[in-house]
Amino acid sequence: MSEITARGYARPEVLVSTDWVAAHAGDPSIRVIESNEDTLLYASGHIPGAVQVDWTNDLNDHVRRDYIDRKGFEALMSRIGATPKTTVVFYGDKNNWWACYAFWVFQLFGHTNARVMDGGRLKWTKENRALTRDLPTFAPSKYKAPPRRDAPVRAFQKQVLAHVKAKGQLVDVRSPEEFAGTRLHMPDYPNEGALRGGHIPGAKSIPWARAINPEDGTFKDAKELTELYSVTNKLRKDKPTIAYCRIGERSSHSWFALKYLLGFKNVKNYDGSWTEWGNTVGVPIEK
Amino acid sequence: MTPATLQAVLDTFALFSDPTDRTNLLLDYADRYIEVPASVATRPFGEAHRIPHCESEAYVWALKQPGGTLKLYFAVESPAGVSAKALAAILDRSLSGLTPAEIASISSDIVEQIFRQNISMGKGLGLRSMVEAVRTLARRAIAA
Repeated sequence: MSEITARGYARPEVLVSTDWVAAHAGDPSIRVIESNEDTLLYASGHIPGAVQVDWTNDLNDHVRRDYIDRKGFEALMSRIGATPKTTVVFYGDKNNWWACYAFWVFQLFGHTNARVMDGGRLKWTKENRALTRDLPTFAPSKYKAPPRRDAPVRAFQKQVLAHVKAKGQLVDVRSPEEFAGTRLHMPDYPNEGALRGGHIPGAKSIPWARAINPEDGTFKDAKELTELYSVTNKLRKDKPTIAYCRIGERSSHSWFALKYLLGFKNVKNYDGSWTEWGNTVGVPIEK
Repeated sequence: MTPATLQAVLDTFALFSDPTDRTNLLLDYADRYIEVPASVATRPFGEAHRIPHCESEAYVWALKQPGGTLKLYFAVESPAGVSAKALAAILDRSLSGLTPAEIASISSDIVEQIFRQNISMGKGLGLRSMVEAVRTLARRAIAA
């Protein structure tokens, strides 16, 4: 039994270890993808053979507040030489925060053959594994994507309002100060313009990084995650759950932990998050 | 007014419109970052020298040189602190050897001019804070 399997996750196959990635170097059926917040990191050195997928340039629509459409996704996959059969493995900075975000966007297009490298960039570098500045080249592939399907994994404001009225489970993964409304943005991050502070009524405050072992960025085991989400915060796996943060990136990480590691049946990421909710006229807010 | 040495760096960045070229130039500076020597400071570095808001855990020192100029030293503790190292190298190379008054005249707006598309949400405040920390040390040197 591998170390990851032994942790008791509902879907252990979505996580791969740094050893696994190193052992599969050069495997043409696998595409390793680095997604970071810091745009300089990939260029400064990445896992040999890894491509970069940048959340602003590659995953977001450049005009509307939305994600790329089917054509955009097909072009992205073609650029990185991936087909629907390619296993994509995400890793990145900040405990895989952006890697999980990219993983989530890929699920809008049904690319379920996706993994996250446990521990991300932090663990890889702590283990003194190889990094290179050489940019890999892959022949452009033909990728036929299905139409984007938001419904299974993405929540919009209207749904969240209905969810609040139905007293559904909500997880606010921002810092305790943002949850309390004493600050409008992350510590050390700029204020991106929410007019009101606080949280969506009924939300439980479970900051995203509590799912992580800070020393190496790996996910905590199922027992510890269950203690955090289900025992301390009384979230039930069988009830629909919506996670949110500020723009939906930190909550992608919690979405990943709830859906795949703990096996929550119906969990969605509300990417409008606080930058939408905290600016919307008339929606209920708790402080 | 921006000192000529720093203006030359800003002009160089302005020349490159291609994002890849700008990224490579930043990496070039990051590669030339030199950590504070043990003769100036040793770990654990004093909190008074820590740059606020910088997620890369960066420190700065400004030592007076004969003739009244300053020499800047930096330490960037996070292995992922590539941007902090690049800015530290730029500030050291363009400002060390100038007078405190010249150094105090710089503006944190240089961060946008240098990093442009490479300024991510999490590091903008920290990088501006690095410039402000240098200015604060320069102002203190003027007052001393």
